Amino acid sequence: MKAINLPEPEKPIPNLSVSNNQGLLQWISSVDHKQIGIMYLWLSVIFLVAAGCEILLVRLQLAVPNNHFLNPEVYNQLFTMHGTTMIFFVAMPAIFGFNTYLVPLMIGANDMAYPRLNAFSFWMTFFGGLLLYFSFLAGGAPDAGWFNYAPLNLYNYSSSPGVDYYCSGLLIAGIGTVTASANFVVTILKYRVKSMSLKQMPLFVWMILINSFLILAAFPSLNAALVMLLLDRQLHAHFFSAQGGGSAILWQHLFWLFGHPEVYIVILPVFGIFSEVFPVYSRKPIFGYTFIIGSGMAIALLAFGVWVHHMFATGLGNTVNSFFAASSMLIGIPTGVKIFNWLATMYGGAIRFKVSMMFAIAFLIEFTIGGLTGISFTLVPIDWQLTDTYYVVAHLHFVFIGGTLFGLFSGLFYWFPKISGRMLNEKLSKWFFWLFVLGFNTTFLVQHALGAMGMARRVYTYPDLPGWGILNLISTIGGFMMAIATGLLVFIIINALRAGKKATRDPWDANTLEWTTSSPPELKNFDRVIPVKSTRPFRDMKRPDDADWKKNRQ
Amino acid sequence: MISTLYLSAINKIQSIFDSASPQAEKINRLGYGFLMAATGILLLVIVLTVYITIKFRSKENTAEPRQITGNRNLEIIMVGFPMILVIVFFFWSLNVMNAVNPDRGNHKPDVVITGHQWWWEAAYPGLSVMVANEIHLPTGRKLLLQLNSADVIHDWWVPSFGAKMDMIPGMDNFLWITINKPGIYEGTCSEFCGEQHAWMRIMVVAQTPTDYNKWLLAHTIKATIPNDSLAHIGEGIFMNASCGNCHSIQGTVAAGMEGPNLTHFASRHTMLSGIMDNNPQNVEKWLTDPQKVKPGAHMPRFIFGKDSVRALTAYLTQLK
Repeated sequence: MKAINLPEPEKPIPNLSVSNNQGLLQWISSVDHKQIGIMYLWLSVIFLVAAGCEILLVRLQLAVPNNHFLNPEVYNQLFTMHGTTMIFFVAMPAIFGFNTYLVPLMIGANDMAYPRLNAFSFWMTFFGGLLLYFSFLAGGAPDAGWFNYAPLNLYNYSSSPGVDYYCSGLLIAGIGTVTASANFVVTILKYRVKSMSLKQMPLFVWMILINSFLILAAFPSLNAALVMLLLDRQLHAHFFSAQGGGSAILWQHLFWLFGHPEVYIVILPVFGIFSEVFPVYSRKPIFGYTFIIGSGMAIALLAFGVWVHHMFATGLGNTVNSFFAASSMLIGIPTGVKIFNWLATMYGGAIRFKVSMMFAIAFLIEFTIGGLTGISFTLVPIDWQLTDTYYVVAHLHFVFIGGTLFGLFSGLFYWFPKISGRMLNEKLSKWFFWLFVLGFNTTFLVQHALGAMGMARRVYTYPDLPGWGILNLISTIGGFMMAIATGLLVFIIINALRAGKKATRDPWDANTLEWTTSSPPELKNFDRVIPVKSTRPFRDMKRPDDADWKKNRQ
Repeated sequence: MISTLYLSAINKIQSIFDSASPQAEKINRLGYGFLMAATGILLLVIVLTVYITIKFRSKENTAEPRQITGNRNLEIIMVGFPMILVIVFFFWSLNVMNAVNPDRGNHKPDVVITGHQWWWEAAYPGLSVMVANEIHLPTGRKLLLQLNSADVIHDWWVPSFGAKMDMIPGMDNFLWITINKPGIYEGTCSEFCGEQHAWMRIMVVAQTPTDYNKWLLAHTIKATIPNDSLAHIGEGIFMNASCGNCHSIQGTVAAGMEGPNLTHFASRHTMLSGIMDNNPQNVEKWLTDPQKVKPGAHMPRFIFGKDSVRALTAYLTQLK
């Protein structure tokens, strides 16, 4: 095996001068991508607990009709904070945690391109989240929903400072998100080990590359809208107030021009995770490597031409609606076809039922349900019936949980031994899997029916119509099952960190560079990187007679 | 007649599948078509997933399987087949869109409905009829609704009639509906509009054209003049306690436009957009402490004495 020189910075990287053992200060001052990645992941767990508690209170309120457990003011703050937290402070940090931790390892680099910027990005996200939650102490949390429609978000209709905290918190976190994405782009394009061509990059890294461009293009629209809203609220501008000559619908355009790409921003990295997980546990290469990259790019481009499908009921007219209906249907194809790529990857393989793989398999079915209900909204007349009902709530949770969260769990169970150097208890983890999947389906399957039966979303209570009470009660019970499952997961993780079995460097017989390092990797990732001649360099090394690059030469 | 209809309506949920208009029927057929295609795809994925995971599970000492990296033909089918489905459904839905919500042309709206935080106002153009929350519409004819908002964005949705439509401040939106048969139809505001979004329920009373015209005529009449002394005292309180700044009662000096029109208040079956039945006990409860009955509602608490509440109730409940 020939050693390859790594691109080393000429001046020493700051973290190399810091001793490895300085407790909390070590973490706070760290610019090491692995520590920052871990901090992102813990941040996401903390906010998951917060957003989870919020929604459990909401589900308790909805458990029976005409309930008085919460008053509407509190209820509205809770569901708003649940949605906002889940998107911006659970899904995003969890994805960035994996990105930050894994991207340098998977491309054979020792750190991100800009280590200090990396730390800056994390702390901006951290403080953005803190500022958002400070609103609870400052006179009321935001209460106009996570997409915060105008003019309900204006001072006349939401006079508590909650919406101001929403704007400032998301702006600050948004700066961190944009800088992190710029960092990923440069790292991936400039800091790959020399022998790795773009066509040999792991699919996870490819998805992060595409995703980072998506973020760089989508977030400015949100940031602009937030600044305009702050101007409206604080300086009495009139961007969104119809009485002052502004336009309420403008907010929706700006928000969804960010918001729909955002949906793909939280799903593309997860597609990357699955594209690592399926091949490893099926012991086969991914089916259609180029195809997955191509469809990822198609999604990223189309993502900017579909936002109006959130606004089919706003009366924009049939011409506008049919254009966006067509584009929204088209984006469903590259998204949905990937399911068959993964099925074909498993076909003819030797499938190992580890928990990570179980989440991946469950994802195939859950995400198909969420995808199909999503397609139903592109048929504009069906959207006219079902938008803004519990059917939407069911749909979006099937893609966010059945898609994004299952992917994050799959990635967690796959990479945890690498990150921590410990194995998770497989038996307890399987319990967690079944409890969570069962709870998830119990909670959200019935909500499709509730929507079709006429239950609007975001209602703090509902009349005692036949069937509504029992379906809502089932949903609440499912929610608590998920909560118990999540508690079990935290227990499994802490247990593994304290007394887990030591992990070897390559417990799953994997293919990519991160598994060539020790578990957990040293502060300096690599002294030397094995040669990269295909998409599966580690397998090439382990099975030199059957190496991919030899076959491609034929 | 209406009250028996009302009772039968509240015992029945009205889902998107109970079409009561040709518009809703068209959407329904498209919905069933989609449901069938979607079920087919879902079954395909489930069957493949289950089959593959069982057939290809790793056993003890399974050797590494053959390393296949792709198949161009299969990839073409994977894109081609959904493409055909997409084209079929796109043109079908285009067709339904144009049938359900065709261009308005020069049509004048039959009813103008305005969403308020948190109640509905309906005005009948050309007539001096203005009602709140209980909206009467004729059956058997194509109606054009104009939808407006007085404050934030609301959304008009009666599942049995088909499409919903947002009510956006500064915009005039329109919706076509044709109601097949008389009855009570329920719906709800479907865009989050603040604290009492939950209690912004819609109640449409659909009547045959004859009954409808009778109703319209009755509602052009000015408010009844109270004939018992308690109600008379109530009227005095109403006019002096600034109730008229927000509420209108035709035939009196009360002409406010902020709150619901009360001219024929007592003819309605429910109050506060469906929160409770309209009866003297509930009216008293409401007048005593509005924020307790419907927290966040824009009706201030006047701290009326018990006698005043009783007098006001007597006045309001005789406004048939």
